[in-house]
Amino acid sequence: MRRRLGWFLAAGLLVAAILAGVVSNFAASSPDGLDATAREGCTFDADDTITGGTCMLQKEREHELADSPLADYGIRGIDNEFLSTGLSGVLGVLLTFAIGAGVFWLLRRRGRPADGADGTDPAEADTGPPARGA
Amino acid sequence: MNGVAMHIANGIVDARVSAIFAVVAVVALAICVWRGRADLDDRLAPMAGLVAAFIFAVQMLNFGVLPGVSGHLLGGALAALLVGPWVGALCVATVLAVQALVFSDGGLSALGLNITNMAVLGTAAGYLLVAGLLRVLPKTARGLAVTAFVASVVSVVVASQGFVLQYALGGTTELSLPAIAGTLAGVHTLIGIGEGLITATTVVTVAKVRPDLVYALRRFRRPTGPAAAPAPVAGGAV
Repeated sequence: MRRRLGWFLAAGLLVAAILAGVVSNFAASSPDGLDATAREGCTFDADDTITGGTCMLQKEREHELADSPLADYGIRGIDNEFLSTGLSGVLGVLLTFAIGAGVFWLLRRRGRPADGADGTDPAEADTGPPARGA
Repeated sequence: MNGVAMHIANGIVDARVSAIFAVVAVVALAICVWRGRADLDDRLAPMAGLVAAFIFAVQMLNFGVLPGVSGHLLGGALAALLVGPWVGALCVATVLAVQALVFSDGGLSALGLNITNMAVLGTAAGYLLVAGLLRVLPKTARGLAVTAFVASVVSVVVASQGFVLQYALGGTTELSLPAIAGTLAGVHTLIGIGEGLITATTVVTVAKVRPDLVYALRRFRRPTGPAAAPAPVAGGAV
């Protein structure tokens, strides 16, 4: 059973990597629902700078980490857009899985695998690992 | 490069309200950790990591909903179906944190706003719908698909109205709130339809391959007495 979960996880990650790495290049590029609504009422020039009007986006401030090497789902230094978007997507999938699975693994209930009722008190896990040796 | 911004940016909602919702988000996530630990075992933990990674991937796939307007999956209903409400909200929050910290998408000062809307409200609304619908709909692939679809549409619209509330409290521009609420609800209904199709396809596929990995099926197919209809918080400890 454990091995089959491994296969499922591998297959799922592969699908996610293909979606983020390849299919993402064919995604719609127009602003999403929130962004489009936030732009409503303002006029923009070719550089996407507000030239007039009233809209939610008027007082938008730049992102604190706008210079991040992976900012805006690309990799700085890679000019090929397909490659840049795709690789940043694959990195994002791996990073999200690593962080998510890592944190959830640390948070998980220790003890016997749960099949229905088990006697594990979640608080038990907080008292630290069982004494070694003794 | 405004086209890739998917979440609330800095400066849309003022600093005070952003800070309030940062506190709201932290408290809500702490509750999710507390309740979610009852669900998290050796199998759900890696599965939840996969769900987060999958949501990250699908959020990159904007689809057109109107001329010049696109949308993307938010993931609350999908996460609630696959790993339950508490862990599901943590999955979406993980995605939003990675996007804000690594991909500069969604302002850091707005992270609490985004987590409250998409991770907390979206997942909660999605799960409430799932819990209600799975009890009354036939336990078939079609029943599961309809559940996933409806839960997704409602979840996305609720998340968008979370933003309306935040904008009402701390919007940085004087604009007509009913107009904003109406526009956002309309466009997010369309986005929700797209999300519903993706969520239904994904959940039905997982249910066919590994029904044991679908939290909502484990939870609502378990034969129990009429009085033992499990609350989402019971953690299986009856």
